[in-house]
Amino acid sequence: MRLRKASALAASVLALSLAATACGSSDDEGGDGGSDGAGSGGGDSITIGIKFDQPGLGLQTPDGDYAGFDVDVATYIAGELGYEPDQIEWVESPSAERENLLSRGDVDFIAATYSITPEREEQVSFAGPYLLAHQDLLMRVGETVSSPDEINELTLCSVAGSTSAQNVQNDFAPDAQLLEMGTYSECLTGLENGTVDALTTDDSILAGYASQEANQGKFELAGLELSNENYGVGIPKDDTELQQQINDALTSMVESGAWDQAVEDNFGPAGYEAEAAPAIGEIV
Amino acid sequence: MFDFLDLEQYDLFGAFWTTVQLTVFSAIGSLIWGTILAGMRVSPVPIMRSFGTAYVHIFRNTPLTLIIVFCSLGLYQTLGMTMFAEGNVDTIGFRLAVLGFIAYTSTFVCEALRSGINTVPVGQAEAARALGLSFTQVLRIVVLPQAFRSVVAPLANVLIALTKNTTVAAAISVAEAAALMRTMIENEANLIPIALLFAIGFIILTLPTGLLLGWLAKRVAVKR
Repeated sequence: MRLRKASALAASVLALSLAATACGSSDDEGGDGGSDGAGSGGGDSITIGIKFDQPGLGLQTPDGDYAGFDVDVATYIAGELGYEPDQIEWVESPSAERENLLSRGDVDFIAATYSITPEREEQVSFAGPYLLAHQDLLMRVGETVSSPDEINELTLCSVAGSTSAQNVQNDFAPDAQLLEMGTYSECLTGLENGTVDALTTDDSILAGYASQEANQGKFELAGLELSNENYGVGIPKDDTELQQQINDALTSMVESGAWDQAVEDNFGPAGYEAEAAPAIGEIV
Repeated sequence: MFDFLDLEQYDLFGAFWTTVQLTVFSAIGSLIWGTILAGMRVSPVPIMRSFGTAYVHIFRNTPLTLIIVFCSLGLYQTLGMTMFAEGNVDTIGFRLAVLGFIAYTSTFVCEALRSGINTVPVGQAEAARALGLSFTQVLRIVVLPQAFRSVVAPLANVLIALTKNTTVAAAISVAEAAALMRTMIENEANLIPIALLFAIGFIILTLPTGLLLGWLAKRVAVKR
């Protein structure tokens, strides 16, 4: 009797959770319709997803402002779509939630170190790319390695589950010791104390950390191009109209020189030389 | 619905096996350390009593994530404590996580056990003292065996909570279930089915534990 009750309970838990997923997928279509209207400009405000915790790309400053390259790009796009900076509503979009934020229609678009990958393109659409980043190593000044072969002998640190961490294990340094922490800032402690030799992820992110006031002069980029990450602007699936508008905005940002200015402002102090702006639709 | 699940790419069973290992080692350690703490809290020596009380109050009221992250950032990355596994960050992470879980979970074991000690009529301890048994003998021979039998159900709660708490270890580089879940979400961009898969995995681990220990609790309870 006791067991039967328990199995009935287990079954109902399962059924309930299945029902919950079913709701999730039907929301997808609803979200698409809603954001179409919002994306076409002229309204009261626009909602943009960015990272809040990534120096140099998208960071919430202590006084509640937002700064970073993604923020500059998003502000420029919003400007081209007809929104003043004070009409922008910033929403935090952690990596794991980006697809859901878009498909639910919680944000109009996302500029949050969002690499374009085939799996993600099944869930959302992308405009851009607007930045070509490469996986790289951030090391203590004077201790950098110059060739990818030497990485196998290092102790690396990255964020648990991130693409960068998987690249290390599966591709270029399967023998390296890899520490997987919750955030990049936690890796910096080990890097400073010598427990780890290098912090690895996209060079744009690393440059942001190296440019932070507390870290200036301590760390430098190794300059190895270990992978290609095409940062795109995430938009709701198959919203071609918004995609075209954002692509036009990105083109004009590059042509007007605002793109170069944004790179200089955000990554300058790290000695990071970003690649030339990628052409729209060109994924390497 | 689970067509993203490529078992060659994702070592699902290996990840849950790490979760089980974390749980078992931490559970054994917490049981031992928790019992010692409970002994301290009921001991006649004031300094041991106050140490036990202070320890329980500090660790029970500190968030687990903080304890676990401190184990890695503080003990390992700053103080250089390598847990006898120098040069192998995976083993270091695992041992540090077990250490953190023991430090935290033992406080709950201690408090559960102390409530069990309170169920043993005080006359029994007095009678044992009158027979000439020392404090440790009273505790070991008379009080603790009865106390343990009455707290199987609360300890089962602690064990289930511990099983789920092991997901926090993903924050310090332990390749357990929650770490694999992050990897899969990053690659597959499919949050809800993946989260559901891991929820089911944890239910499979904890449900039998609860049922078995519930049955055991009924069986061994001291009828008074």
